[in-house]
Amino acid sequence: MQELLDKYFRKDKLPHIWCPGCGHGIVLGAVVRAIDKVNLDPDKTTVVSGIGCSSRAPGYMKFDTLHTTHGRALAFATGVKHAKPELNVLVLTGDGDAAAIGGNHLIHAARRNIDITAVLFNNNIYGMTGGQYSPLTPTGKVATTAPYGNIDQAFDICNLAIAAGATYVARGTVYNVTQLIGLISKGIQNKGFSLIEVITQCPTVYGRRNKMGTTIDMMKWQKENTVNVKAAKKMSKEQLKGKILVGELYSDTRPEYTEQYTKIVERLQKEGQ
Amino acid sequence: MSKNKPILMQGNEACARGALAAGCRFFAGYPITPSSEIAEVLSEELPKIGGRFIQMEDEIASIAAVIGASLTGCKSMTATSGPGLSLKAENIGYASIAEVPCVIVDVQRVGPSTGGPTAPSQGDVMQARWGTHGDHPIIALAPNSVKETFEVTIKAFNLSEQFRVPVILLLDEVIGHMRERVVLPDIDSIQIIDRKKATVPPEEYLPYKPDKDGVPEMASYGDGYRFHVTGLTHDETGFPNTGSENTDYLIRRLHEKIEKNLDKIIMVDEYFMDDAEIALFAYGSPSRSSLSAVRKAREEGIKVGLIRPVTIWPFPAEVVRKAARKVKKIIVPEMNLGQLIGEVEKHVKSDAEVIGLNRVDGELITPQEVMEKIKEVL
Repeated sequence: MQELLDKYFRKDKLPHIWCPGCGHGIVLGAVVRAIDKVNLDPDKTTVVSGIGCSSRAPGYMKFDTLHTTHGRALAFATGVKHAKPELNVLVLTGDGDAAAIGGNHLIHAARRNIDITAVLFNNNIYGMTGGQYSPLTPTGKVATTAPYGNIDQAFDICNLAIAAGATYVARGTVYNVTQLIGLISKGIQNKGFSLIEVITQCPTVYGRRNKMGTTIDMMKWQKENTVNVKAAKKMSKEQLKGKILVGELYSDTRPEYTEQYTKIVERLQKEGQ
Repeated sequence: MSKNKPILMQGNEACARGALAAGCRFFAGYPITPSSEIAEVLSEELPKIGGRFIQMEDEIASIAAVIGASLTGCKSMTATSGPGLSLKAENIGYASIAEVPCVIVDVQRVGPSTGGPTAPSQGDVMQARWGTHGDHPIIALAPNSVKETFEVTIKAFNLSEQFRVPVILLLDEVIGHMRERVVLPDIDSIQIIDRKKATVPPEEYLPYKPDKDGVPEMASYGDGYRFHVTGLTHDETGFPNTGSENTDYLIRRLHEKIEKNLDKIIMVDEYFMDDAEIALFAYGSPSRSSLSAVRKAREEGIKVGLIRPVTIWPFPAEVVRKAARKVKKIIVPEMNLGQLIGEVEKHVKSDAEVIGLNRVDGELITPQEVMEKIKEVL
C-alpha cells in the first residue's frame, strides 16, 4: 500500500475532497492498482478528466494530469493521444460528465476506437452541484431537480458504448474491487477504446435523499443487485429481472484510430522520399 | 527579394500554408463555411510531414483536441466561422487560464446565428475579445490580403507560443475566399518562435511560475514532468487554489504578460498620417477600400490618412490616442454596426470626432463609399 502511495500518488494533495462514505476513492485505488498491474510507464501516462466529483481524481495522481471543462475530457484526451500516440491515455469521468454534456464525445471516441481507457464513476447523480438527476439516475429516484421522482429513462451506458463501437466494455462495482482492478487492467491493455462503468455510491446527496441507508447498505445493495455476466447466462429472464450485469460485457478487436493514421503518415513519407 | 515564384492562392489556403510554415503539426476542426478549405488543405498536407489531422465530432471537441495536442508540445490550430467560435468560447477561456498556446481561425460570415455563411462581415470582433466568460487576455489579428494572411498566421503562432495565450486570427469571407497573386517569403527568412521549454529538472519544475517576461516555461506531456493542468484558478504549482489573494494574482498576471509586451504584439500600419486632418481607422477587408480612397483623396488634395491595425486585440490604444491629438475627425469603416469604433471612442475621448461607416448587408465597403464619407465630413 505504502509503495503504491509513494509511486503513484501526490501525497501532499491528500486527504481528498470526497465526502465520507463516497466510493470514488475506491475507484481511484482500483485505477492505480490496475496501472501498476499492467506496468504502465508513469512518465508516459496521461490522465484526463472533466468536471464533477469523479474528475477531481487525477489531481491526486502522480502522472501528467489534465483537469478539463465539463464533458470534454474525451475530446481533450483525443488531442493528447492523436498528437503523441506513444502516450497511455486514461480518462476518469462521471455519469453527468460522460453521459450528458459529454455524450457526443463518448460515442465518437468509441466509434473511432481510439486507444483511450475511460473509467466512468457512476454514482447516479450530480454530486458536486448538490444532487441533481443525471442520465444514469434510475427512473423514480428523487433528486434536487426531481423532487417528485425522476421520470427520465436512464441510459445503459455500456450498451451505448458497445453500439457506438468501443472494443472493450465492462461494468464493475466498488463492492467487488478485485474484479474491478481486473476489468480496468484489461481495458488498459485493449488496443482501442475501452469503457469501464463503475457503480459507486454517493451516500451524501443520493443515498440519503432516496433512503438507501448507510454506505455499507449501499455497498450491500451493489452486491445483491448485480449478477456476473457469466452467471447470468445460466439464469432465467425472471431471475435476472432488475439485476445489473457486471463483468466483461464486450471485447473485440478492430483497427485503432491513431495506428491507422500513423500508417497513412508512414506511407506518405515513404512516397515523398 | 524572395526566390519564390508568383502563384495564385486563396486566402484560406494561405492560412493553412502559413500554419505549416509556422510549425503547426496538429489540426482539429469541424466543417463550416467559409473556413473549410483550411481543414481540407491541412488534411492533405499534415500527414506528409508527420503531422496529425483530425475531423472532430463538433466545434467544442475541435478546440478541446487542439488544447490536448498542444500540451504534448505540438503547435496546434483549429479553424471555424462565427457559429463555431461561439461554441468554442468556453475552451478558449480554458486555454487562456491554463496558458496553452493555440491558434483559432475565425473566417467571419455575416450574422448573428447561421446568418449568411458565404457573405463577409466583421461581426465577431467583440466576440473574439469577450466571447469567453471572465476577465482573460486574448490576442486577435486581422490581415487584409492573401499574402498577409500567410504572414500573419505565422505571427499568430509566434505570439501564441511566446506568450502562452490563445490567438484568434480574424479573417472574413472575402479574405478567406479571395484569390490573389502572391509571392511567398523564403522559408529561411521567416522568424519562427517556439514556446520556452522547461529547463529545470522535474522535481524543481513549477509549471506556472513566471519568468521575468511574465510567461512560465512549458513542459510537454510525456517528458517526465508529470504536472497538473486545470481550468480552476491555480497557483504556481498548477494545483487548484481558489483563495482570493491567489485568484487576484493569477488573473492580473495573465493580463500583465500581454500588457507589458505590447511592443511585441501590436502591429499597426499608418499611411499619410503625418499631415492628416482626417484619419481613417480600418482593419481587414475595409482597410483595402480605405487605402484606395485615401490615395484618391490625396490626389484631390484632401489631407486624409489611414491607421490600419493588424493587431486588433490588444487594442492599439496609444496609436489612436496619438492620432486623435493631431486630426479633427476619425472615420471608422467596419462591416458591422460599429464594434471596434467603441474602442476608438474610448481612447479618443473628446480630442476628435469619431464617425462610423457601416455595412451589414454581407457586401464589401467600397472605396467610393469611403470617399463619399470623407467628403461628407470635410
